[in-house]
This record gives sequence, structure tokens and C-alpha cells, in this order.
Amino acid sequence: MKFPIYLDYNATAPTDPRVVEVMIPYFTQTYGNAASRNHQFGWEAEQAVEKARDLLGETIGGGGREIVFTSGATESNNLAILGVADFYKEKGRHIITSPIEHKAVIDPCQALEQRGYDVTFLDVDDDGCISLEQLEKSIRPDTILVSLMAGNNEIGTLNPLEEIGKITRKHGVLFHTDATQAVGKIPLDVEQMNIDLLSFTAHKMYGPKGVGALYVRRKRPRVRLSPIMFGGGHERGMRSGTLNVPGIVGFAKALELCRDEMESEAERQIALRERLHQRLQAELDHIKLNGHPAQRLPNNLNVSFGYVEGESLIMGISDIAVSSGSACTSASLEPSYVLRALGVGDDLAHSSIRFGVGRFTTEEEIDYTADKMIFAVKRLRDMSPLYEMVQEGIDLSTVNWTSH
Amino acid sequence: MAYSEKVIDHYNDPRNVGSFTKSDDQVGTGLVGAPECGDVMKLQIKVENEKIVDAKFKTFGCGSAIASSSLATEWVKGKTLDEALAIQNTEIVEELSLPPVKIHCSVLAEDAIKAAIQDYRKRQETSPESSASA
Repeated sequence: MKFPIYLDYNATAPTDPRVVEVMIPYFTQTYGNAASRNHQFGWEAEQAVEKARDLLGETIGGGGREIVFTSGATESNNLAILGVADFYKEKGRHIITSPIEHKAVIDPCQALEQRGYDVTFLDVDDDGCISLEQLEKSIRPDTILVSLMAGNNEIGTLNPLEEIGKITRKHGVLFHTDATQAVGKIPLDVEQMNIDLLSFTAHKMYGPKGVGALYVRRKRPRVRLSPIMFGGGHERGMRSGTLNVPGIVGFAKALELCRDEMESEAERQIALRERLHQRLQAELDHIKLNGHPAQRLPNNLNVSFGYVEGESLIMGISDIAVSSGSACTSASLEPSYVLRALGVGDDLAHSSIRFGVGRFTTEEEIDYTADKMIFAVKRLRDMSPLYEMVQEGIDLSTVNWTSH
Repeated sequence: MAYSEKVIDHYNDPRNVGSFTKSDDQVGTGLVGAPECGDVMKLQIKVENEKIVDAKFKTFGCGSAIASSSLATEWVKGKTLDEALAIQNTEIVEELSLPPVKIHCSVLAEDAIKAAIQDYRKRQETSPESSASA
């Protein structure tokens, strides 16, 4: 086993060596600018980009001409939301989203609120699921866009994209999905699901960082966007800037590998995730699964360990790379806004750990992680005043805490 | 986030973890913080003739909170109550090289010492022994 063990695949993934291999010639040999129309260097770069574009578009059920390359999913989400909001502002200024979207969706929506747009944040239940009835009821004559993610980056819960797409299509409202965590991991089809805009990125699927894409539907309906970046009118005017040719080539190769291995990999990763969850459940009391037990990304497990604080837990498993919903791990002092929106108490939100398994995760690593976690949780509970109080039968909600 | 060596040392080998019987007249208990804030400290002192002869802690919190309370138990042992009351959070910050975002851990440890002493003194006023002699 190699240490440290990487179990943070929902944050990013290593670039697959097979991807790196196909990228290399585009740095040193085929280094042309894909926008150079008058020499071979440019033509070759353009050819490589168009081939990648087709593969990306077709893999999600669309076409190459519907792909706009960006720097990553954050830019794709910004372009989709700000671009649609500006282009359709005469039609309406109402957007529907959810409170557990990634910040790359929530922040542009809030920026639009500052500019006079109206944003509805749908309710989510304990598992992070939205209500389709509430979604449909929230659509108004001035609604222009519904933005709901495919799979949640923290808790793994999947949205019912096909059902959402039926509703948005019925009401003539555009449907954007942030599919950053989902593309290459679960089957997605923009036609079958009536998705009009779809954000994704290479680095979550074993491609390079710094390259992403936005699918923009061309027909039935044709989606229009105002650009958010100007400077040459690349990507049919929607996103100016020289294309990252090696990145785009790697992106396509990465998706091709994910697509070809999707079924077997999903099955293998679900088994690893469940193996870890079952071990933890068998040997520890007061633990809680966050997110939907079945409708979730194959590679995500999020667990709260009651009466143990997340950052101290991560310190106790220092040779394993995971992420915590605890406030202490981030710049802000708030615990995870996603867990809060689910109604998870702040104490349990501070105690959550996200495990992300991936292509290179082994059963041996999972067993080591389970042993290490169980040991660390027990050790910290031995020094936890909360665990002691609970053992004594004290109801913590009745204690008069001195918050600071 | 990198931890100082001293924080890591206290985290890996916390001093004086445990509990005294709360009802013991010699014991003062301080419970500070709140679960929703991500840290709760329980610090207990055992007092003989105004002198702290033993101390124990239990902490729910990050590594710096655990280290701050572990250090606090080390420091109060052997001190008189008045000497222990003079311990400042800034001394804890300095000793453990806590970064600015972790200063609240040291504040909490100082609060825990003060709360434990206050609890002990309050118990002396109301304990049957002192009321019997009054």
C-alpha cells in the first residue's frame, strides 16, 4: 500500500497515465493555436479539438457543435447562469435552484439577486432530495432557468434529472445541470433528460485540471447565451480565449475511458463504498449516513461520527486524505452549508467526513481506512465530554451551553 | 493547515484525560463551549488547601482545542487558585504557536480554568461542611 491513501475523489482525481500520454504531443509537436486558420499547425490543433468536441458531445447524448470549452466547471456554471440570465432578461428574471448546489451555482445566482433578479431556492429533505411538486409550483411566467445539479459533491445525492427535464420542457423553461460529479460515472443523456445546458470538467474524471465544457443545446429549443468573456469571439461567440488544446485532447480521452469502463467501475466503487460503510456501522455507535442511501453517486460516502469533531478526526487519520464538513477545515467558521440545509444539526455537521473512492482505490486501502477510522473515533470519544454525557444519559439539547 | 509540533504532541499524547466525580467537594468542574460551535471543553480541578493538586480534561474539538485544554491541565497543577486564575489565553497561544484562526481555542481553555475555579468556590460556599462550621 502506498501512503498517504487518497480518498478525496470528489475533490479531484489523478490524471490517468493513458490520458497524459495522448496529451504530450500537443505540448511539444502539435502546439498550434486552434484558431490559426492559415497554416498546418493551426489546422492540426483544430482537428484535434473538433474530434474531442464530437466525442464529448456524443457521449452525453448531444453533438460536438453543442460543446463550448471553458476553463472548468466553475466557469461553465457561471457562463450558463449569467449568460442565460442576461440573454433572456426581457423574457423574465426568475431562476430556480436549490440550497445544496455547488458554490459555483449559488454564488452567480446570488450575484444576480443583487442585480434585481429573483431566485427561488427549493427545499431539500433530510436526504438532500428536492420535491418535484414544489419545483413545478415554483415555475412562474417570468421563470427563465432551472439549475439543479446531477450529483451532489458533498453528500452524493442524485437529482431525478429525467423528471426535472419533463417539468421544465412542459413549461418552456430552460434546464441547466451541473454534472461535474456525474459525467463519466452515471449514464447521462441530454436528449432523454431534456437537459438544455450541462456543465462538466475533466479533472473529476481522471483528466487534467483547467479544462471544462458547457453543453449548450442547439435545437428544440436553441439556447442562446450572452458571453461573460470577450476577446475574439471563439466558441461561436460564447467564450473567447485561446483553446487549451492539450487539455481538450486529454479531456476527451478521459471521458472515453470513463464511458468504456463506467458500468464495471460503478459496480466496483459502490462495493468499496459499502464495504467501508458497513465496517464503520458494525463497530461504531452514533454514526449517521449523510445523503440518500441508494440514489447517490457511486463513489461518495459521507458519514457523521457523533460527539467527535471532524478536524480532530482528520488529524487522527493523517495518512488518509479525506475531507470534512467541519468549519475548521475551511476559511469560514460555518460548518457545511449542505449538511445544514439537510437539517443535520451543527454538532453532527462538525463531525462529518466525506470519503470519495475512485479508479485507483483498492479493497486493501478501504480495510486500512476502516481500521484507522474506528480506532481514531474510539480514541477521540474517550476524550469527548459529549460522548461521556450521552453515556450518562444526559440529553445534550437540554444543556445550557456557553456559546462563544 | 499545518499544526505546530507542540499541538501534534498534545493531540497524540494528551495529558490528564479523564474525569473526577463531579459531586466530590474537592472538585471543581468547568464546562465551556457549545457543540454547534465545534468545541466543548470540560476541565476539572481537585483542590486541597486552595492549591490545585490534580486536573483532568475532556474536549470535543479540533486538534488545537485538545492541545489547549491538555496544556491547561498541565499548567494549573501545583498552582494556587489565584495563580491559576492569572493564566492568560495569550500564554497558551504562544506556547502552542496557535495561528490566528485558532485563538478561540486558547480563549476557551482560559474560560474552562476560570469556570472550574468558580464552580469549586461556589461548592465551598454551599457544601454541608462549610455550612456546618458556619
